[in-house]
Amino acid sequence: MVAAMTSAVAFPLLTTLIFLPAAGALVVAMLSSRRPEYMKMTALLASVATGAVSIWALRNFDAHSGGFQFTSQHPWIESWGISWHLGMDGISLFLVVLTGVLFPLAIVGIDPHNDDPARDKPYFAWLLLLEAGVMGSFLSLDLFLFFVFFEIVLVPMYFLIGGWGYEGRVYAATKFFLYTMVGSAFMLVSILATVFIARANGLGRVTFDLIELAEGASFAASTGRWLFMGFAIAFAVKVPVFPVHTWLPDAHTQAPTAGSVVLAGVMLKLGTYGFLRFGLYLFPEAARWSRSLWLTLAVIGIIYGAIAATMQKDLKRLVAYSSVAHLGFIVLGTFAFTSQAITGSVMQMVNHGVSTGALFLMVGMIYERRHTRQISDLRGIQHVAPVFAAAFTLVMLSSIGVPGLNGFVGEYLILIGSFLTARWWVVVAATGVILAALYLLWAYQRVFHGEPDEDNRAFPELRWREAMTLLPFLGIIVFTGVYPKPMLERIEPAVDALIEHVSDRTGYVEPQPVAVVVDDGHEEGE
Amino acid sequence: MLFLGPEVDWFALSPYLTMVGGALMLMVVGALTSRWPRGLTAWTTVAVTAASAVLALLAWNDIGDSGPTTLVGGAMAHDRFALFVALGMLGATALVALITDGELRGGENDGPEIYALLLTAATGAMVMAAANELIVMFLGLETLSLALYVLAASDRRRSGSQESGMKYFVLGGFASAFFLYGIALLYGGTRSTSISEIVERFQTTVAADRNDALVLAGVALLLVGLAFKVSAVPFHVWSPDVYQGAPSNVTAFMASVGKAAAFAAMLRVLVVALPFHRDDWRPAIWVLAVASLVIGSVLAVVQTDVKRMLAYSSVSHAGFILVGIEAAGHRAGEADAGSGVQAVLVYLVLYGVLVVGSFGVATVVARGNDGDTSLSAFAGLATRRPTLAVAMTVFLLAQAGVPLTSGFVAKWGVIQEAVAERSYAIAIIAMLAAVIGAFLYLRIMVSVWLQPSPDGATTERVPALTGFAIGIAALVTVAIGVWPDWLLSVSESVSAYAR
Repeated sequence: MVAAMTSAVAFPLLTTLIFLPAAGALVVAMLSSRRPEYMKMTALLASVATGAVSIWALRNFDAHSGGFQFTSQHPWIESWGISWHLGMDGISLFLVVLTGVLFPLAIVGIDPHNDDPARDKPYFAWLLLLEAGVMGSFLSLDLFLFFVFFEIVLVPMYFLIGGWGYEGRVYAATKFFLYTMVGSAFMLVSILATVFIARANGLGRVTFDLIELAEGASFAASTGRWLFMGFAIAFAVKVPVFPVHTWLPDAHTQAPTAGSVVLAGVMLKLGTYGFLRFGLYLFPEAARWSRSLWLTLAVIGIIYGAIAATMQKDLKRLVAYSSVAHLGFIVLGTFAFTSQAITGSVMQMVNHGVSTGALFLMVGMIYERRHTRQISDLRGIQHVAPVFAAAFTLVMLSSIGVPGLNGFVGEYLILIGSFLTARWWVVVAATGVILAALYLLWAYQRVFHGEPDEDNRAFPELRWREAMTLLPFLGIIVFTGVYPKPMLERIEPAVDALIEHVSDRTGYVEPQPVAVVVDDGHEEGE
Repeated sequence: MLFLGPEVDWFALSPYLTMVGGALMLMVVGALTSRWPRGLTAWTTVAVTAASAVLALLAWNDIGDSGPTTLVGGAMAHDRFALFVALGMLGATALVALITDGELRGGENDGPEIYALLLTAATGAMVMAAANELIVMFLGLETLSLALYVLAASDRRRSGSQESGMKYFVLGGFASAFFLYGIALLYGGTRSTSISEIVERFQTTVAADRNDALVLAGVALLLVGLAFKVSAVPFHVWSPDVYQGAPSNVTAFMASVGKAAAFAAMLRVLVVALPFHRDDWRPAIWVLAVASLVIGSVLAVVQTDVKRMLAYSSVSHAGFILVGIEAAGHRAGEADAGSGVQAVLVYLVLYGVLVVGSFGVATVVARGNDGDTSLSAFAGLATRRPTLAVAMTVFLLAQAGVPLTSGFVAKWGVIQEAVAERSYAIAIIAMLAAVIGAFLYLRIMVSVWLQPSPDGATTERVPALTGFAIGIAALVTVAIGVWPDWLLSVSESVSAYAR
């Protein structure tokens, strides 16, 4: 509270990013329930303002620095060595911008389906609180602070799924909450152990500061491995990595559309981001040591997710399983330990957020029109709603990773970057790209091709509001696909700094790739 | 022969005397005057606790200047440990008094007796936390327990309340006997019942001269007695029945003040008096902690009555507090003893506020549903009483240990101590038990928020004072969650004991 007040004096950018949506949530919660139309406006205003601040941060971001920018640090719980420490580097920058952009779109794009408009109030309040939590997780440079935000996001998400979801919502929400909490339990003990072992090994005092811990403390190999595993369990559940992914299809399918968009768009990235920021940075040795495990699980996830997606009868569940596969690629790139692959991973985190977010949005639109998500109930929509079908095609192709669209750049970088250090895993993973084409194109064929039957003939075309919501998604998809340079050159310095940190600590030498040419002719690599 | 009484520092004793005086005044004046205006008894009780709290705060400052001392010939400790716990208890007692007003007003039990008993019980609890002499501790325990037996049975209209009082009385008497027998054996082993003298004996006598068998047997029996009072597994079986049967306001008192007193006494006995046997009692605490954590949270999940759920969850919370005591046991008695005791006391105070709030909501729901506190009575509470539902959610999230609530600060504190002492296993078990516990709290939240009101459900009437108490408790829960630093720095000096 005090930290917040003192930091508000000097207009700290990142603190604003967290407090703006939180304040919006508070305002929404205090509005009168009788005027539901104000709620959406307030929520939209707060989230648009947050988005604007995040874009302002993007504009003022120094592209050539690999360190943390816009940092702000204030004491919070001094007795425990905890401070309100925020910072942003190339790895978190685009995730923050994605969060800032995705929330207003999720709010404006689709309404919660309920019969009582008074119940919109908590819906918008929870969404804004969720945004504050997600922002906080991406910006925290203090282990305690990160844990607080990482945990707090569960509450709004739980209520969003449980309150505005579909038929199996309570089961899905509870499963989601408990799965993530089990992971967090291990992380909490690991955080504390890290702090106290660091005090005994080099730091001499109790501090939860990420940078101080990562730069100042040294852990014995076996200790570091245990600690890393504690963190890794939490992140693996969040990503989710293959054997602990089972909460995801339920949560995604049952969540309201905005919930799915946010869940897939930014919340899953808390896991992959956590691996980079807290796994690799704090415990480079342990991350190197366990890489075969993660690479293997990632590849299993890619293949398994793709096969499971192919078999789904429910369109939303199909997209959910495709997330498992896509996030497998991101984990693969993360643990390949090359600058290219990790840059690709960070980029793919954003790409997946955009394309899967858009897919969930469109599946939500289909559900609003037809009140079904079953693939077998839909047919021939292309004939009655060609614009809708065109937009869906573009998003789908981005998700498959077709050259010229954003998905290709990320996936390509991951695969080519990982090839040097994880050759055989990449060979298997590459088949996942083909499987992605299979399940998405097959689904498209069943839903959009053919002659529409009686029920589908009345399928309404894309409305203006929906089109305006989808437009930013499509714009990002095409722009990043054609011209990824501005994004890559901001991510790379931070990734290089991370790799260098790993090299310093473990003596690992990054294999130098041969020059490769990205589709726009820009020279990548050394 | 001239009998010389010990020197008495009346000022240092004033917080306790104020409480006794308040209880006596309520009894006597209440009996002599006609019916009091509405709410006056409750506010008088609050005023008495507030006066006692002010005196305790003055004494707190006093200790800052002169250091911890003992009172009345070494019978009571005058240290910040005692005062910190006392302040927490006074706060909880005041909240319970407000809730009690909402529960009793207009009923046949309305009158000063219940409030007098609350003050008496709180005095006993404060004495337990401040005892520097095992006999005084026993006196405090009996003062607390006897008042609680009556309070548990105080709802004369319901047979459940009488059954609860009877159960508590029989089993509590049993536990008191264990406790007393433990004191006797400890006296046999150390030739004293004064904590100061026991510590001195250990410091000056070589191990061979002590009768360790008697001491160990004494410690074991004391542990049984105290474990019963804190309802740690396997001595917890009374608590669900008693918690469910007793009036909710009394249950709130038992779970907050009663539990805090028993844990404070446990710390006095184990950490202050018997640090020399820490390697003997610590494994026992470990087992009690793990059993309470696991069994408490698992059994809580399968209950269908909210009061019973909260009873089992309080068993699980006792497990968490025991984790802190286990951590405190690693270096008890050393100059650098760690801050396990601090973490435990912070937990006790924060949990006390939380649990009073939770049972406060239960009183409101029970009144609106003919005493029914099953999960179905809570169904759709959010549509009937949204603010009450928000408060209940705050309490439940805090009990689950969600960040930005006081419950998270409390849990983080004890787990931090456990990890600092390298008790990793117990820390992980505790956190996993917290996940199981979270399922329980989610179940209640699902009922409150996501289930429709049953047909014909009447909207609960929230008595003003109860609403006020619940509001205060919720505010404290959130405020401490967001800004815990002041509480943590205030509580830093609690481990400078008088002995």
